[in-house]
Amino acid sequence: MADGTLPVLGQPSKPAGSLGLEDIAEEVVRFPGGGLALLHADTLFHWAQTSSLWPLTFGLACCAIEMMATFAGRYDLDRFGMILRPTPRQSDVMIIAGTVTIKMAPRIRTLYDQMAHPKWVISMGSCANSGDHYRNVYSVVPGVDHVIPVDVYVAGCPPTPEALMEGIFALQRKIMAGRTPGSADAGR
Amino acid sequence: MSAPIEVVEREFGELALNMGPQHPSTHGVLRLILHLSGETVVKADPSIGYLHRGVEKLSEHLAYDQLAPVYERDDYLAPTANSHAYCLAVEALGKIEVPPRGRWMRAFVAEWQRVSSHLVWLGTLGLDLGGALGGGTTLYMHCFREREKILDLLEELTGTRYHTNMNMIGGCRYDLDGAMAAKSVALSAEIARALPELHALAGDTGIFRERTEGVGVITKDLALSLGVTGPTLRASGFPTDIRTAAPYDAYPELRFEIPVRQAGDALARYQVRMDEIAISLRLVDAIVEGLPPGPLFSRKPIKNPKATKLPAGETYVAVESPRGELGFHLVSDGTAQPLRLKINAPSFANLQAVPHLLPGGLVADVVAILGSLDPVMGDVDR
Amino acid sequence: MPAAEVVGALGTRFSATPYALGVELHATALLEAARALRDAHGYRYYVLASAIERKETIEVVHAVRHPDTHDTIFLKAALAKDALEIDSLAYVWSGAEWHEREVFDLFGVRFRGHPDLRRILMPDEYEGHPLRKDFPMDTPWGYRPAKTEPAP
Repeated sequence: MADGTLPVLGQPSKPAGSLGLEDIAEEVVRFPGGGLALLHADTLFHWAQTSSLWPLTFGLACCAIEMMATFAGRYDLDRFGMILRPTPRQSDVMIIAGTVTIKMAPRIRTLYDQMAHPKWVISMGSCANSGDHYRNVYSVVPGVDHVIPVDVYVAGCPPTPEALMEGIFALQRKIMAGRTPGSADAGR
Repeated sequence: MSAPIEVVEREFGELALNMGPQHPSTHGVLRLILHLSGETVVKADPSIGYLHRGVEKLSEHLAYDQLAPVYERDDYLAPTANSHAYCLAVEALGKIEVPPRGRWMRAFVAEWQRVSSHLVWLGTLGLDLGGALGGGTTLYMHCFREREKILDLLEELTGTRYHTNMNMIGGCRYDLDGAMAAKSVALSAEIARALPELHALAGDTGIFRERTEGVGVITKDLALSLGVTGPTLRASGFPTDIRTAAPYDAYPELRFEIPVRQAGDALARYQVRMDEIAISLRLVDAIVEGLPPGPLFSRKPIKNPKATKLPAGETYVAVESPRGELGFHLVSDGTAQPLRLKINAPSFANLQAVPHLLPGGLVADVVAILGSLDPVMGDVDR
Repeated sequence: MPAAEVVGALGTRFSATPYALGVELHATALLEAARALRDAHGYRYYVLASAIERKETIEVVHAVRHPDTHDTIFLKAALAKDALEIDSLAYVWSGAEWHEREVFDLFGVRFRGHPDLRRILMPDEYEGHPLRKDFPMDTPWGYRPAKTEPAP
């Protein structure tokens, strides 16, 4: 928000994870035929980014199945504007779901580099956070943050869909507050 | 006056196309290097190992009691099948008896996870054949809707949705009470009622049949020589099911059919798996009905789990996971850690068919064949 | 326990000693015994290949099965650690191809006559054979992020 505080997402009557114009604008005037809102450009851009985060379909292991379940009917993420894109060129956020191995790590780096700015990364699950119980194995990278910068870590093995959604909302809060030091502001 | 248009015919050679490891249709991190001549696949070279987590090396450094949950992450669509096979192997080597109720509860969770795994297979097959934005998502949403109900039941029983940590050496952990048993029976009826809907969205549609009929035929000789297993083997005409060929746990006392097809193509594999869903739903009802009373596990509380030792020896025990024969070859030298533990993964054997099946087909058949083989990369790479 | 008459037949023809899961043979007799098992006795279904590292030797194990009786027999051959070469069974059963690649990758056993012996689970340029006992558990994963140009 303009004063640096984090916005409260969603009023009780609105689903969590969605922000209305009234929540983010300094002043809103509605008249028949239209409306007028006064807000900072950054807030507007962040609001647009938050409301349409397009993730890259990038499941590696078991967390991929929970991610698929989160995108399925019950924990529907389409209502938050998230449409899964298969190509990094068209996606904003990369959800690393699963264990990162040494064979896969260069490909993850390539995919991350292929995404256009602004881009964010959610590390889903213990394997992507820290390697889980595979930390000391010869072929596992202990945490995806050795390869790419991460914005949000979601804990769990696997995280339940509710936990993943909470991680996505945390990313939305981070974007709205303009506090994404890792990936989005790099290169500016 | 303009010059006459000159038509030049050029022959293009083979195109080497890289499919994966990040691809929406490769069922995980599988990389296929396809050599194409136009739309026809000339050669296919699968490259695996992108999810190799060294579980077999890890097995040599952890204690026996610690290891059961580690294997649940291998075949992550039916996690208890892995720990089930592991516990059976350890119990065979260590001559540990499992009480009847423990054996039947293991089979209960195994069958529910078979249904859940086949629903994921069908949903992702829909995404592969129909495209995420092209109508396949409908089948995907319907299958996952049914699967969520199964995961609710498993969450009530064990506390988590699918890495249930259910099996332990000597038995299992979680028990079924009257209310949960009634829920299980109601749920199996509900999913059985939803099956015709799934059939109508998948196998009964013309496009699905055209894309899977005659595609990826595994002949009998090829099936035996490669060692394919599970529904893939049964779709090629062999009535082999570990639950009847080498029965374990509750299966000696349960009666069920083994679906077999002769065609060996992708459609046959689809039909075998759909039949298996119906059979498993009847099996869970039979298990709930015939659940014997008694304790769930036979070992007294262990003071120091890391000190459990097994006598020296070698054993091989397999279970029928939704993908096929999941076997553990356990070699012990009498210490508290396994000397060598080899996991015989069904998806590894089934994926070997890919270089034999893909050539001669179109690129569009690649996803149909991969989907019908149902590989899980955690199982292939371990 | 595998079928006694098959074990006996292998014992007489190839001087194989029985053990819990099958027979132990000399490495040079493996290919002939495999062919005999498949053709004469009907063990046409391939199950797995593995290796067990003991103190002085590495034992290569193949498991095959009779499709009708479901009888599984393990063929085991011991190799000295400084001579890790054995015949490949990839032309006897196609399923041996990937399994032998895995044993090569993780243990370093070379299979003579294998159509395409290269690493399967580890990266192609990896050095070392991870499942050997002298390969330490806490080996640094050694990954260095590649310096990539943003792709066009």
